[in-house]
Order: sequence, then C-alpha cells, then structure tokens
Amino acid sequence: MICGLEGVSFRYRGRSANALTDVDLTVAEGTHVALVGPNGAGKSTVLRLLTGVLTPDAGKATVLGRDAGDWKRRDMARKVAVVSQGGEAQVPISVRELVSMGRHPYLGAWSALSREDHATVDACLESVDLIALSACDVRELSGGELQRARLARALVQEPRILLLDEPTAHLDLGHEARFMELVRQYTVTQSVTVVAVTHHLNVSARFADRMVLLAEGTVLKQGPPDVVLTPDLLEAAFHWPVTVVDLGAMGRHAIAGVRDSAGGVP
Amino acid sequence: MKRALALAALLVLAITIGLSAGAAVFPVGDWFDALRGDPGPAATILWRVRLPRVVTGALTGGMLAVSGVVFQALLRNPLAEPYLLGVSSGAALGAVCALALGLSATAYFALPLAALAGALVAIAVVFEVARVQGRLDTRVLLLAGVVVSAFFSACVLLILTFVRADTLRSAFFWTLGSLSGASWGMIVAMSVYTVPALVVLFGLSRHLNALSLGEETAAYLGTETESVKRVAFLLASLLAAAAVSVAGVIGFIGLVVPHAVRLAGVRDHRALTPVSFVAGACALVLADAAARTVAAPMEIPIGVVTAFLGVPMFLILLRRAVRS
Repeated sequence: MICGLEGVSFRYRGRSANALTDVDLTVAEGTHVALVGPNGAGKSTVLRLLTGVLTPDAGKATVLGRDAGDWKRRDMARKVAVVSQGGEAQVPISVRELVSMGRHPYLGAWSALSREDHATVDACLESVDLIALSACDVRELSGGELQRARLARALVQEPRILLLDEPTAHLDLGHEARFMELVRQYTVTQSVTVVAVTHHLNVSARFADRMVLLAEGTVLKQGPPDVVLTPDLLEAAFHWPVTVVDLGAMGRHAIAGVRDSAGGVP
Repeated sequence: MKRALALAALLVLAITIGLSAGAAVFPVGDWFDALRGDPGPAATILWRVRLPRVVTGALTGGMLAVSGVVFQALLRNPLAEPYLLGVSSGAALGAVCALALGLSATAYFALPLAALAGALVAIAVVFEVARVQGRLDTRVLLLAGVVVSAFFSACVLLILTFVRADTLRSAFFWTLGSLSGASWGMIVAMSVYTVPALVVLFGLSRHLNALSLGEETAAYLGTETESVKRVAFLLASLLAAAAVSVAGVIGFIGLVVPHAVRLAGVRDHRALTPVSFVAGACALVLADAAARTVAAPMEIPIGVVTAFLGVPMFLILLRRAVRS
C-alpha cells in the first residue's frame, strides 16, 4: 500500500453530518484508482485527507507509511502532487512560470531554477504538448490547455502519487481521453500511483485499475471496474436507474436510464 | 540589469531632489563644501535636518510599499494596503495611547511595539468582520478597513483633545503624516528591527508566489501556509507600525507603488518585493519634497500629497476589481 485510509471519519466544522464515516481505502503502488459516486459523497474529502490538509476525526490517513498529517508540506510536495478542480486564482503569469512552480518544493528561498530544473519543466511541457504555448498568459488558455498546464505543474514535482480532483470536468471527449491517456502513461512507464476523483464512470472504467464507489460518506464497493459497475450498486449510489453494457475489450459502460413521469422505469 | 540601473538612478535622483528641496536655498557649491565637512549653515541643514529626513522618508516609503505587497499577496487582493485596511490608524492609536500614558516620544523601541499592538487589534477586527464562511470578502474587507480606520482616527483625535502632553504630536501628524521629526537616533533604532523583518519577508517571496495561486494550491506545492501567513502578516504589520511611529499615518504608498511596479512587468515576488521597496523609497522622498516646496515656506502634510496621487488610482483599481 502506498497510501490509504484506515477507518477514517471526518466532519467539516459547522456541519451536522459526517463527510466520511469509517472509510477504508487501500491504494497499491503503480495503480490507477478512481473515486466515483454522487455529489457530496466525500470523494474530494478523501483526497484532502490523503494530502494532509485535512486531519481525520477518527482513523488514520497514511502516505508512504507515514501519517499524512506528520509530513512537512515540502516533503509531501516531493512525493504527492495534486491537480485540483480549479478555483485557483487566475494570476497573470505565463504557462512556463505556472509549470515552474512545481519545482517549489525543491528550491531554497533564494535559489533560482537550475539547468536541471529547467530541463524537467521543458520535459513536462513537452509531454502535455504545451511547449508552443509556454510564453502564453495562463488567463488566455482554454479549459483543456489550462488543465494540461496544471497537470504539467504536478508532473514537474516528480511525484510518486498523483491526486486528481475532477481533472477533466470541463473537457470534451477527445481532450478528456488524451488527458487520461497521458496520466496512464506515467502510471505504466514510471509507476506513478494515481487517485482520481471523477464523475465520468465510463472513462474511469477504461483507465482505472480499481474503482471505489462512495455514497453518503461510506464506501459502497471497491474493486476492479467490472465489480463496481453493476446496475444495482450504481442505482443504490445515484438513486437513478442505470443500465450497464459490457463492451468486451472496450470495458464496461454505464448508461443512465430514463424514468417516466410516475417515477418508474419504462 | 537595466531595470536595476534605472531604479538606482531613480533613487539617486529622488535623494538629490529630496536634499535640495526646502525653505532654505543654497548654491550648489555650498552643498559640496558641506559634504566635504566644512562647517556652516549649509552643513547644519544638510546633516542635521535634510539627510535624516530623506533617509527616514526612504525607509518609511520602502516599508509601506513592502507592507502593501505582502498584504496584497496574502489577501490576493491588489487593493489591500496598511492604510486602507485600517492597520495604520490602528498603529497610530496604539502609539498615541502609549504616549498619552506617559511613554516618551524618544522610546524608539517601545513606541513601535505599542503601534504594532494597535495595528494587530485593527487587523483582528477588520478580518473578523470581513470573514464570510472562512473567506475574506474583498468589498466587506475594504469597507470594514475604512470604517475601522475612521473610528481609530476619531479615537486618536479624542485623546489629542484631552491629553496635552509635550510628547504628543499634532493631529496632522497622526492623520496625514509628516517627516519633520526625523533624527539619526530614530533611523538607527528603526533599522535594528525593520531590516531583519524585511530580510525575512524577502526570504518568503517564493512562498508568496505560491500563495498567489490560492492557499490550498500553495500547500500542495510545499508551502506551510499557516505559518507563512502568520509570519508574513505579523511582519507586514510591524513594518506598517514602524512607519506610523516615525512618520505618522501616510496612506496609499502601499497601494500605488506595488501597482506601478507590477505594471512595469515585475510580478515574481522575489523581484516585486525589493523593487517595491526602492520604488516606495523614491515615492515618499519625492512626495515629501513636494510637500515642502509646493506651498513654501509652509509645509503641507505629506499624506495630502500621497492621497492626491493615490485616490484616483484606488478608484480606477476598485472599478476594475468590482467589474471582474
């Protein structure tokens, strides 16, 4: 296990209900784990607990064998990188400057980027195909380009664990597939572990080794996609009829059904 | 490099103007004689009056500008600065209270400490009012800052009305600032604690860059956000308090200077912070020179000059912030 949760419960201050209740999660090194489930199921909270910015009320969050809260941020940032949902301030800096921020955990207060740092930044810009836009102001990027820039910044941290919080929420089908494929390559070639929160069941069914289905702060099921993507489980989680189609080599596909006006399934 | 030279040239020019401006006018030759150490009226005015005044102005302007830069980075708001946040008037109230209770005006270390206490009270009040669900609302923040500032200024004036101690300075000083009380002792004492504060803040520049992306992102990039924020808020308040205790309440330097430096294309805090310090030094020395000459031999309060420059710029920035 490279990171995970052990009997974790967590409640946000001022809320009456737990965001997570007694959650166990085991992430094996070099795998891609997708966290799925309805809005408010606690998916993003799992990521925040793994980064140590939130501390569990009960249970333990561990990263590389150490309690997530015990890490210094600088050490954590060398092992764990996060691509968040956005919500970052839109500051007038270039793509290259944004991506270079990924070297932050390696630099002293006064030191400039070394030649090796620049080479790492170049390599990551290259891999997300943003070299041509590196001088561009980040505020002028399209949604897909900005997410790729964020991914590049995370990769520049040279992490062993990549945490993605709805990284493809605003991307179209092609950009989403390309983004996930790129992430997949880092898992395959450099055994970077990925934990990705997503609403896109079908995409995660293709790219994830394991899926964790969360609902109302508890784990409903975890396992390979074909174990988790079943009509009964999905309906229990999303409160909506779901049909699952097995596409053989293409993986599994969940299709939301249609209800008639009486609430029954036609 | 070119930029650094231009900045150095600007500083030399500002200091030259600052030294030559004033009620007494001497031929250039007298200044050179004075610099060589010849005694005379020019030497007295240069060494005892104008030089300490220019140095105090430069340090104060630099500190106010850096304080503005840091508040802007921490609050991710280009309109944040010690005067508008109420920090300066809080510091003024702290200092006036201490003086009214019998502290000597030459207590070069105790006075800024009292000012710092006032500044921190002001920050605490303003932040508590402006915090909506854990976030600081920009408009409420500015409104709270201005209102708290007005209240603290009223308290200062109230104390000045009732307490007639020799050590208390004029209401002008505590509401619009002045560099007329500058002395070498004051400069040395101020440098002892503000120089380390500035060095630490320069050292936090990379973290301020990270924080400009948002607190959570900064944490993911390896910044200990809570401790960095705490240290930076404290030191930025200390700089503002130090500025107030030597020069009174001077507004808008912390707003105008960092904005102008950013307009010139400097955004990385590793450059923005030191460049703003030097630019702030130039700005206040020039503002003081203007305050001394515009209505010579009368001196207008320096805060009047900075407000005339600062308010139009504030309105433009506010308009832009509200629109976006």
